[in-house]
Formats: sequence, C-alpha cells, structure tokens
Amino acid sequence: MSINFFGNANKTNSLTRKATMLKEKKKKQQSLQKRAAELATAKRQVEILSNGIFANGELPTFAKKIKETNQLPLRPKKLEILQINVGYMCNQVCEHCHVDAGPDRQEIMTWETMELCLEVIRNTGAHTLDLTGGAPEMNPHFRRFVEEASKAGIKDFIVRSNLTIIRANKKYYDLPDFFKKHNIHVVSSMPHWTRGKTDKQRGEGVFDLSIKALQELNERGYGMPDSDLRLDLVYNPNGAYLPGDQASMEKEMKAALLEDFDIRFHNLFAITNLPIARFLDYLIASENYEDYMYQLVEAYNPAAVENVMCTNSISISWDGFLYDCDFNQMLKLPVASKVKHIKDYNEDLLNDRNIMISQHCYGCTAGAGSSCQGTVVD
Amino acid sequence: MAANNYYDPADLRKFGKITEWSEELGNKFFDYYGKVFEEGALTAREKALIALAVAHTEQCPYCIDAYTKDTLQRGVTKEQMMEAIHVGAAIKSGATLVHGTMMMNKVNKLEM
Repeated sequence: MSINFFGNANKTNSLTRKATMLKEKKKKQQSLQKRAAELATAKRQVEILSNGIFANGELPTFAKKIKETNQLPLRPKKLEILQINVGYMCNQVCEHCHVDAGPDRQEIMTWETMELCLEVIRNTGAHTLDLTGGAPEMNPHFRRFVEEASKAGIKDFIVRSNLTIIRANKKYYDLPDFFKKHNIHVVSSMPHWTRGKTDKQRGEGVFDLSIKALQELNERGYGMPDSDLRLDLVYNPNGAYLPGDQASMEKEMKAALLEDFDIRFHNLFAITNLPIARFLDYLIASENYEDYMYQLVEAYNPAAVENVMCTNSISISWDGFLYDCDFNQMLKLPVASKVKHIKDYNEDLLNDRNIMISQHCYGCTAGAGSSCQGTVVD
Repeated sequence: MAANNYYDPADLRKFGKITEWSEELGNKFFDYYGKVFEEGALTAREKALIALAVAHTEQCPYCIDAYTKDTLQRGVTKEQMMEAIHVGAAIKSGATLVHGTMMMNKVNKLEM
C-alpha cells in the first residue's frame, strides 16, 4: 500500500513539475512586457539601479565615480554614429536582451518617422549609420528605408542582424544578396562557437541557423579576408560575468568557426551585458545582481569613460525620440536637450548637452570598455 | 572569519586588504601574482585553466569562485573546465597511489 501511495505521489509531483517546466518555457518565449513583469517598466528598472548597494553607499554611484576624474557632467564629442532602432519586434527572445525584444512586441517605426530619419541622414555629419532593433529586417519598411538611406552616401552603413532572421522565413532568404547590393556592413550576434552555449542564451536551434546564415554571407563574399563586404560578430557573455579579452576571444572564435564550419568573419566585438531589462531580471532572479554590480564597479576604467559610445552617437527610437544610447532608450531616459524628437533635429543644439547617466553606465566603462563597436580602449 | 561561517564569498573582495597589515610583502605578492597571469610563453587562458585545476586540488573556495568566473570570461567551455579538474584529480590520486611503491618496498623489505 505504502509503496503505491508514494508511487502515486511521485507521479503527481512529476506531472506538476512538468507543468511548471512548460510554464517556465512559455515564459521564456515572451517578453517581460507581455508577461506584465515588474521589470517591464523602465521606471522600476531605474529605481532598482539607484537603490540598495548604491543608495546605502556600499558602492559609489556612476556620477560620483566619474566625478573623481573630473568627467562629470559627461559631455558629447563630435557626433560620429547615428543609431536608429526601427522596432522592438524580433524573431528571437534572448535571455539577456536589453531591449526586451520578441515576437510579441508591437513597437515598429512607421514610414513617416523613417522619412524624418532620412532627412537627418542626408544632412548629418555622422560617418556611420547603424540600424538596430529587435530584428530590424522585421520592420515592413526595412528594405525601402535601406534603399533610400544608402543613397545618402554615409561611409559606414551597419545593419545589426541576428542571423537567424535570414533563415526564419522564405521572404528573408535573399537578405544576404540585399545586404550585398547596398554594401551593408553586417554586424551579427554569435555568443559562442559551441551549440550548447549559444542555444542556452538565444533559444533552441539558434546555433545551427546562425551557422547556415554565416555560410550564406561568406558565399556572397561577406567576411572573407580582404573583402570590402564587412561581417563582424558580437560576443556577449552567457551569464553574470564580464567578457574576456576581445583580441583573444576573436582569435579563438575565428579558429573554431573556421575549423568546424569553414566560416570566416572580420572582427569580433566583445560587449558587456548591461544590467537592464531581461538581463537585469535574470541577475535579480539568479541572485547575481550585487556580485555583478561589484564586478562592474571594480573593473571601472576611467580611460573607457573618455571614449564611451554616448559621447559620439545618438540613438533614435522607433517613435522618433532621441537618446544618448540604446540603453537609455530602453530605460526611457531621454536626451537632456531642447531637441527631444527627430522632427526637431538640430545636430549642433543636440550636441550641446549633458549625457544622462545612471548605474547601468558602469557596463560601458568596465575593463577595456564596451560599446556597440566592441571595446573602446586598446 | 566571517560572523557565522569560516568562509564568506564577500571576503574574496577583501583579498586586497591583506596589504594593509603588511604593505611591502602584500604589494610584492600582488605584483608577482599579477605578473604570473600575464600572457607569456603560456597564454593567459592556459594559465587560467591551470589555476582552475590547482584551485580544486588545493580545495580553495575563493580560488574556485574566482577561476570559474575567470575561465568563463575567457570563453572556456564546461567540458574543458571539467577536464582540467580531472587532470588535477588524476595527479592527486596518482600522487597517492605512486606512494604505494613505498609501501610495497617496505613490505618486501620486512617480509621474509
């Protein structure tokens, strides 16, 4: 009798466990916003970043830290990069995503806003245009926008492609050709050269699809030695630790991808995960938040502050608002300028501003620094 | 010693403070330590893996904490980490077993 009893109990337990696991899995396929999670609101994230170890003085706030080296207020230098976020919709739901992007996000840049962006692109002094998302290719006006923008003669035109989008649906299969036609500089995420680590962070099957997409890009000449078709990869750690040395990681990743898949690429950008959105949610849930903030503060490098990306770029959101960087965009910390929206864009006026900072900024100043272009200190 | 435990993860952060009670020796140690782990004839990555294995044979919780994180940062895979620890474990058990020859010698000498 007793054996039966325990047997049944175990069966019930395993069923409940299975149900919980399925629920967890489903949760992982949704954005924080869709789940109406606490951290879905930017305001709550900014609060968390200012509370606890920073409020009680255990760790110095970012403002206090940069003041030590007379870098407060943080001011822009010459504008070099225009980064446009064309929407938060994405085919992937990466665990660390600072955008909280996913298939359920509805924020998509309209053609009207894109036209305002095009006007700015035609007149800007910036030499780099950087399209990001979500998966920028999922914006229905993406191709028309790229075609128009490429006519403006910007020196370096980047599209941040997550690679799997190229294989996600037939309508995207020709993206490598489209990129080539417009001489797009492709920057793609590839967190690790092993399947296990990649799929854990980005979802099942992501690794194989990414490999296939990289091979397709290589076939078009992307990433080949001496090729003008630039293909760079982005590495970011798969958890609560900082990226290693960018040059060593590049060497490792190049050797591994070449040996295992005959894949080539140009540069690897090692990017630090910033403690916002889904990564912040993960840090708190896994009880890594305080340790991670300690790591960031201990690795603080004043030389990285000099070249931090908010000093040479402007971030434009899907609805046309202006931010110091994509992270501030997600935290809804708008530029401290009279010019707040692309419709009122004035580069000189905008460049005369103080950069908005909070404790997440430590993510860009740790070690060799971190930006959308990788490290900022040699 | 932390209030209620012999080991406290937060103490690892205080490691640098050992210089406060013996500045010259402490600084000399940290200079040496830093130099040891720089790229040299061995890569910094290879050195980190050796450190991870030794951290386990020394059974030093602080070192295991530090070098697990360090090797992760360097892109070392779980399989590589575990293999490194097996190298340490193999030397540990080998070191025990190879002394068996001493026991055998002694037995052979004592027995008629």
